[in-house]
Amino acid sequence: MDKPVNNRAWLLVAPVFLIVAFSAIVPIMTVVNYSVQDTFGNNQFFWNGLGWFQELLDPSTELGGRFLDALWRNLLFSAIILAIEVPLGILVALSMPREGWKVAATLVVMALPLLIPWNVVGTIWQVFARADIGLAGWAINALGIDYNYTGDPLAAWITIVVMDVWHWTSLVALLCYAGLKSIPDAYYQAARIDGASRWAVFTTIQLPKMKRVLLIAVLLRFMDSFMIYTEPFVLTGGGPGNATTFLSIDLVKIALGQFDLGKAAAMSLVYNLIVLALCWVFYTVMTNTGTERRQEENPA
Amino acid sequence: MASITLDGLAHTYRPDPRGPQDYALKEIDHVWRQGGAYALLGPSGCGKTTLLNIISGLVVPTRGRILFDGRDVTRLPTEARNIAQVFQFPVVYDTMSVRENLAFPLKNRRMPREAIARRVEEIASRLDLTPVLDRKASNLTADAKQKISLGRGLVREDVAAILFDEPLTVIDPHLKWQLRSSLKELHRALDLTMIYVTHDQTEALTFADTVVVMHDGAVVQTGTPEELFERPAHTFVGHFIGSPGMNVLPAQVEGRTAHVGDVAIALDRAYPALPKGERIELGVRPEFATLAAPGTGLPVTVTRIEDIGRARIARIEIAGNPAAAMVPEELSLDGDRAGLTLDPRQVHIYADGVLVPGVPAPGEAAGREGAA
Repeated sequence: MDKPVNNRAWLLVAPVFLIVAFSAIVPIMTVVNYSVQDTFGNNQFFWNGLGWFQELLDPSTELGGRFLDALWRNLLFSAIILAIEVPLGILVALSMPREGWKVAATLVVMALPLLIPWNVVGTIWQVFARADIGLAGWAINALGIDYNYTGDPLAAWITIVVMDVWHWTSLVALLCYAGLKSIPDAYYQAARIDGASRWAVFTTIQLPKMKRVLLIAVLLRFMDSFMIYTEPFVLTGGGPGNATTFLSIDLVKIALGQFDLGKAAAMSLVYNLIVLALCWVFYTVMTNTGTERRQEENPA
Repeated sequence: MASITLDGLAHTYRPDPRGPQDYALKEIDHVWRQGGAYALLGPSGCGKTTLLNIISGLVVPTRGRILFDGRDVTRLPTEARNIAQVFQFPVVYDTMSVRENLAFPLKNRRMPREAIARRVEEIASRLDLTPVLDRKASNLTADAKQKISLGRGLVREDVAAILFDEPLTVIDPHLKWQLRSSLKELHRALDLTMIYVTHDQTEALTFADTVVVMHDGAVVQTGTPEELFERPAHTFVGHFIGSPGMNVLPAQVEGRTAHVGDVAIALDRAYPALPKGERIELGVRPEFATLAAPGTGLPVTVTRIEDIGRARIARIEIAGNPAAAMVPEELSLDGDRAGLTLDPRQVHIYADGVLVPGVPAPGEAAGREGAA
């Protein structure tokens, strides 16, 4: 097949090309540029080759150790978040009303946390959990439990996890609810006629039908929690010590706190690659389930 | 094994029904004989699915009782009734194989493993599902899925009745015939009561021994396909069954003559007790109305002649009222004038839509019985 040659097509592509260039390519190239240089201020730069990358990927160095620690924190945090929010979201979705005015009311209440800006969420919880004046922090201490998220790493972690669960479980629940709503009544009726137990209905009908939205929910929550920055930054500032210093927080510390532009640039490129790699894994999983679905539908 | 009795059953979806118009299902008394093949026929929204769901126990009726072999099951949950239902859209459990799908109802009822395996094999071979037993149910075609739904009902040995809720809606036309005849075969082989809900008259008339026609929440006629065709108890049945439907013409009846406009039509029976003040109509099926050359029979105007393959049907006007009639093969007409001959035995009189039996004229009763 001959492709028609039409150079005017370049004109049509040009605006997109320009926008992408200025929004993505140019900034990234700046970062790449920084990552192979070192600076001592005064806008003076020295060539450093792959030095920063070597340091970053070698855990025995100061930078490498710091990077690995933060990476583990991130992975642990995402794992905890998924382990709590996904089952909890499913549970909430299952117990949400199916019809009547209660549906609208529930949906509005559920959507509320999702509408609050990240740093406001951080501020709310910073005050809410404070041991001296915060309602939750004070109440827990009044119960005789020693709780202070600014001093105790475990308390800080628990606070951040609870905050994230409060902020984002709704998203999982709403997605699952949409999945549940798309199941025709006939399935439930058939299951009743077949004498299926409540648990069997869940495992044989609801869970399989929710699979696709659940995958999207897992993807969104994983990516989002892996890139978390604002809320812990506002709540704990990465402390106590480095207990809640996630990759993004550490990155900002290096780049803006220490003004180590080279290190920060190398670190953000590696961070970016990790995010991209995980994106690719999820994308592959999602498109694979998509083809399964097409195969299902074709013979019909 | 069970016969199913509906005793004064009625249902409304409204919390405060004010009159009959609020009822999705008006009061109904009916007995479904053990082993019968029934069709529940009616247009969408006539209450047939509601009735089906009451029988299967998915809906609890507002009034009345439902008895299985004399045992009141009105408030019994679905799983406690020996009933199976096949839905409009095939329901299969996606994650399971065909074998697991068929075994599911038995597993839930805690049958021993070997008994389940035996029963599943037996039903699968009956439904021609043996070759696909180990495939995933979700990868099969719509008709195979519908067979699986049916199979899940059949595996249960306690099942006395199978309810079908428009089961062929999503099936390809050429497979519909096939599936319907395998249903008939199953019915003959298994001595099950089958109730088949549909709005398709062909499906109903080919499947069932007894057809129950519903209209606007009420049963308007119960009978064999022949009865529905030859003696529609309601003008609705006349319209709904047959293609084209029955001709219904406004008429005045005097003795054994009906007047449609200025056309006089001879009747086979007399109607001395015709209710006064009600809408009187004359009904005759196109199959019993034959077009003839002008001058024979009743004078009519032909508006159009349609060739439907096996026959020709004329769209005509009798004293300004539209009707349909058969065109004999040898007849050819010039212009729009024609004659019409009716079979007087097949001309029925309706008062407010309901068939009036009429009184056979003396001396003719014996002859008519012979003809019927």
